[in-house]
Amino acid sequence: MSTATKTIEDLANTEYKYGFVTDVEQDIVPVGLDEDVVRLISSKKGEPEWLLDWRLKAFRAWLKMTEPHWQNVTYAPIDYQGVSYYAAPSEKKKLNSLDEVDPEIRATFNKLGIPIEEQKLLSNVAVDAVFDSVSVATTFRSKLAELGIIFCSFSEAVKDHPELVRQYLGSVVPHTDNYFAALNSAVFSDGSFVYIPKGTRCPMELSTYFRINAKNTGQFERTLIIADEGSHVSYLEGCTAPMRDENQLHAAVVELVAHADATIKYSTVQNWYPGDKHGKGGIYNFVTKRGICKGNRSKITWTQVETGSAVTWKYPSCILQGDDSVGEFYSVAVTNNFQQADTGTKMIHLGKNTRSTIVSKGISAGKGQNTYRGAVKIGKNAANARNYSQCDSLLIGDRCGAHTFPYLEIKNTTAKVEHEASTSKIGEDQMFYCESRGITKEDAINMIVSGFCKDVFRELPMEFAVEAQKLLGISLEGSVG
Amino acid sequence: MITSAPTWVDERRAQASAQFAKAGFPTMRQEEWRFTNVAPIAASNFPLATGAPRHAAALVAGVTVPGAVRLAIVNGQFAAGLSDLGALPKGIRIAGLRDGARDATDGLEQHLAKVFSIDAHPFAALNTAFLDDGVAIIVTGGVVVDTPVHIVVVTSGDGTPVVAHPRVLVIAGANSRVGIAQTFIGAAGDVYFNNAVTEVVVGEGAIVELYTDQRESEKAFHVANIQAHVAAKGVFASHAFSTGARIMRHDIGVGLKGEGADCTMNGVYLADGDRLMDTHTSLDHAVPHCTSHEIYKGILAGKAKAVFNGRIIVRMDAQKTDAKQTNRALLLSDEATINSNPQLEIFADDVKCTHGAAVGQLDEEAMFYLQARGLTRTEARDMLLHAFAGEVIEGLKIPALRGQIEATLFSALERDVNPSTALRAGSLS
Repeated sequence: MSTATKTIEDLANTEYKYGFVTDVEQDIVPVGLDEDVVRLISSKKGEPEWLLDWRLKAFRAWLKMTEPHWQNVTYAPIDYQGVSYYAAPSEKKKLNSLDEVDPEIRATFNKLGIPIEEQKLLSNVAVDAVFDSVSVATTFRSKLAELGIIFCSFSEAVKDHPELVRQYLGSVVPHTDNYFAALNSAVFSDGSFVYIPKGTRCPMELSTYFRINAKNTGQFERTLIIADEGSHVSYLEGCTAPMRDENQLHAAVVELVAHADATIKYSTVQNWYPGDKHGKGGIYNFVTKRGICKGNRSKITWTQVETGSAVTWKYPSCILQGDDSVGEFYSVAVTNNFQQADTGTKMIHLGKNTRSTIVSKGISAGKGQNTYRGAVKIGKNAANARNYSQCDSLLIGDRCGAHTFPYLEIKNTTAKVEHEASTSKIGEDQMFYCESRGITKEDAINMIVSGFCKDVFRELPMEFAVEAQKLLGISLEGSVG
Repeated sequence: MITSAPTWVDERRAQASAQFAKAGFPTMRQEEWRFTNVAPIAASNFPLATGAPRHAAALVAGVTVPGAVRLAIVNGQFAAGLSDLGALPKGIRIAGLRDGARDATDGLEQHLAKVFSIDAHPFAALNTAFLDDGVAIIVTGGVVVDTPVHIVVVTSGDGTPVVAHPRVLVIAGANSRVGIAQTFIGAAGDVYFNNAVTEVVVGEGAIVELYTDQRESEKAFHVANIQAHVAAKGVFASHAFSTGARIMRHDIGVGLKGEGADCTMNGVYLADGDRLMDTHTSLDHAVPHCTSHEIYKGILAGKAKAVFNGRIIVRMDAQKTDAKQTNRALLLSDEATINSNPQLEIFADDVKCTHGAAVGQLDEEAMFYLQARGLTRTEARDMLLHAFAGEVIEGLKIPALRGQIEATLFSALERDVNPSTALRAGSLS
């Protein structure tokens, strides 16, 4: 295997392709955090009084909280007073077409391989591009508006649909939920807002590209998706970030609300800067994602492919409140070099006949540490609840780690809960079989890894499935021997 | 407390005392204690048990295993009067810890309070801080002991709440073999806190089987640490059966320290009434080529709460590890709660590790099948429960002990599980 190790080592040295900095004039709030900064953010965005009050409540709650350290990751302490909490591209006037977008920003997206116009024309994807913290372009708005679908930036939603925002903001992730959610609630900059009216099937995949850009700016996105009765929506989130030496904190909050018979599919490909091969730099990705199946027969599916970030810490969860509601979680998490991931899900069964499925695939390579941490709770009244969890780990190399911490809490006799976990490595016989048929080592590894992750990739929308496969290949380059 | 203890005992006590003073009683904010509230234990503040309680002899007689060597530990002290060393074979030495330490018995200084680190186990630190007496069982290298050794641990303050810190040390020399059973017992209805520590050193190629029968009073607090070290090619098996105590916490930890070591860690617990039964197991694969098998089965009834936390750690370079863990729980009541947390921490790539957890109720189809053949609902249920627990109980190789455990298990079920609520008559029709 030594030649393979060599090839792979070469590949491992490949630099992060997406690391570059766009030079755009930034409107940055001074470094530090206090009540004045929260007020300043709110006033800069022209927010109503109730939202400022909510932010302040969250900020005061945050001050009383302490940073959690139970997760299975280690990182340098975060200096919360050492970051600026707001950055927006200075040009903020309303845009009617993509041509009006700042050419610098356009170029950035092009370098990333996600040309907006191409997406618009070819893939039928409406793209709400968030550049740092403020939406710069929103497409397909009118087409969606015809159906009564609201798809806009969070700030616009606050202005145009305050009643909806007020009703649902914090209803799934309360401002006191956890340390990072409280921080986000106090200083969130922008994000996406989706509302699908009753009985409507969203005709296209909704998509947002987040990108951390300004140096020393924490990114605090807030996403709120509401699917009214009998509606259906699929939302894609994808991320790349430029190379930085200092660690950057990303603490986003995503809230999903599915009413009766509604379906929300939320897919993520996360490819932020993971730090260099010595573990220097990289993004801290501390995200709170939670959905509630409020109505009967509603369904929420989380699919995630996590290949980036130095430290990932997130648990997209489902509260299955409605009877017969369904929660699903499909995840592929890759850690290479010094990356660490502590990720998984929580399925909270409250309604009768609720079902949940968890499929988690963790791949560790180099000195990466990959942890699955998930909770399945079956409440006292959740009769006939059913859960199936499967956690598989693939270890590549003998200096990485794979860890599994499932928590099962059952309070109902009719519950059926199963958890299975396995750990394996790429077998020498598998490699030998492929190579004896003329497949190169690198291709063989890609093939085996793809097969390992197939259950999850199958759940991704087409566009993402392709990107995810590519990302996986890039992330694991040079790690296999 | 003894005054004539060697300095090393004093040192270890002082160290443990300092450690406990620093750490204090654990709280639910600590990951290892997330689901178990020990506040009632911390608040109890019972005086240290002294002297021999009235019922000690009767309690010991009630659990006698014929033909076995019997060692009694009453309120933390080795009770020679209630022990029966008549069947003691050659090659095995039994000593009270206090006498053993004073007489510099082989291995005591080397191993006592050294098998595991008390830093992560506050209750073990507390036990060590009060280290006084207990028993040491030393098996000479190469000796195969066929006679089982039965330790009966009695705690009672004759109606007054007390605390005891019993301690057992087992040292099995190279290529020796021994089977040891430990019964924890108290007078029914007695309130006390029994904080036990058992340390086992398994030498190269040695085989040690340890059976634990926890049948404390239903109002007792029972905390036990069972910790073992296994040298190369050694075999350690722990079978734990728990039916007693109001709050129980077991920490069973095994370190596989030499290549080719093997560990079996099985258990059955029956939590009924409003008991809290917490089992934390830890299997540390420190070196390559070790194997471990773990099966824990729980039956929950009434308003009971059970916690199972099974951790398998595969250290860096512990290649060719083969570890398998299964945790299954049967819920017989909607008011019972189970927290099942199987955990894998793996730092080596060429390993085979699996864990599985399943929680459910008795199979309705199996119930229907048995009832269709003329069995009553209760008989059918008992048969299925027997089969459920049987997989683990079968591993118990001392027939008399097995009889006692089965009787307790099923009488408890009879008492606490009402078949009609347990099996939801409605859903069967």
